Amino acid sequence: MKVVLRHCFILVAITFFACGGNNSSTKNHNEPIVEKTEEINVEPEAPIEIRSVDFNQLAPIFSQQNDTTYVINFWATWCVPCVKELPHFEALNAEYSKQPVKVILVSLDMPDEIDTRLKPFMQAKAIKSEVILLNDPDMNIWIPKVNEDWSGAIPATYIYKKNLNTFIEGSVTHAELLSSFLPIFNS
Amino acid sequence: MRTFSLLSIATIAVLMAFAFKGDKTLSVGDVAPDFTLKNVDGKKVSLSDYNDKKGVILVFTCNHCPFAIKWEDRIIELDKNYAKKDWPVVAINPNDPEVVPNDGPEEMKKRAKEKGFTFPYLFDEGQKIFPKYGATKTPHVFLLKRYKKEFKVEYIGAIDDNYQDASKVTTKYVENAIEDLEAGKKPRLTEAKAIGCSIKVKQQD
Repeated sequence: MKVVLRHCFILVAITFFACGGNNSSTKNHNEPIVEKTEEINVEPEAPIEIRSVDFNQLAPIFSQQNDTTYVINFWATWCVPCVKELPHFEALNAEYSKQPVKVILVSLDMPDEIDTRLKPFMQAKAIKSEVILLNDPDMNIWIPKVNEDWSGAIPATYIYKKNLNTFIEGSVTHAELLSSFLPIFNS
Repeated sequence: MRTFSLLSIATIAVLMAFAFKGDKTLSVGDVAPDFTLKNVDGKKVSLSDYNDKKGVILVFTCNHCPFAIKWEDRIIELDKNYAKKDWPVVAINPNDPEVVPNDGPEEMKKRAKEKGFTFPYLFDEGQKIFPKYGATKTPHVFLLKRYKKEFKVEYIGAIDDNYQDASKVTTKYVENAIEDLEAGKKPRLTEAKAIGCSIKVKQQD
């Protein structure tokens, strides 16, 4: 649902930019609204909502057939290398916020630690990318659906646009993330 | 032109062979490499010490990983139930304590004592053994069956299908595999995946 909303949002933004070419005052008027909407989302005091889903509910994010490049990272707050590479995903999310790029952080934190651990972590680190908690213990069913070669170790990252994709098991540097992301994004 | 394409195919084949050779992950049916590692009691333990057993439940696990912790009591249970049937547990901590201080030898001793481990809890000093098995995470089980003087891999993967709640487990992968082997059959499932903590090595970056 959120994915769909985001797309409408991008579409609206594009429409406004397109219109802005003819009428600069419209453009100037609309741009701050976009900024403001994003700011509201990241305000530290705003209550953080985290969707907790099973794999069937999560599955649609792996097979969107639109022009968006999806960057899906599997992580957890207790996973040291995951936390270490998180800034690279946040940077990508910020850098491409005006482009058809969607960063989704799929958390494998324990479901009973959403309030005690995950939300405080997101608040402390001011995480701006979308975080979804995957609560699905039957992992042998869903791990191969993400990628046949995935052993199940985290961190792991799946990047795709339409039918073009890449899967990385293990942590990435900023440069490694970009070198996996850019060929797909630019295709 | 034809020579060229044949050459290309040959080159690709050679490259692929190398790519697969570089990937040391053991497969079901492969011979399990022997090891000699230090246990929490200071004594050395080798896989070949188990040459009088039917097999070994080899578990790469550690102190710090929440998934390893969730499954820890079930690893202890496995040893309690299956050691007497000649399928003992041998646990190996593959992590570099310089990366995860909680996985150092002293912390391992403490944990083994606290939890009353009835099985060896070995330290993969220098991290030489886990790559030979192709273990990638904790916990990561390699069920080994003995054939005369060597062990072969019969099952790789998770302990069961619910890390969160032992009471909600519907399939006990390791136990099923042992039962099948005891019955003289191949395991009904030879691989089952689960999320785990990546094995901690020093970062290259």
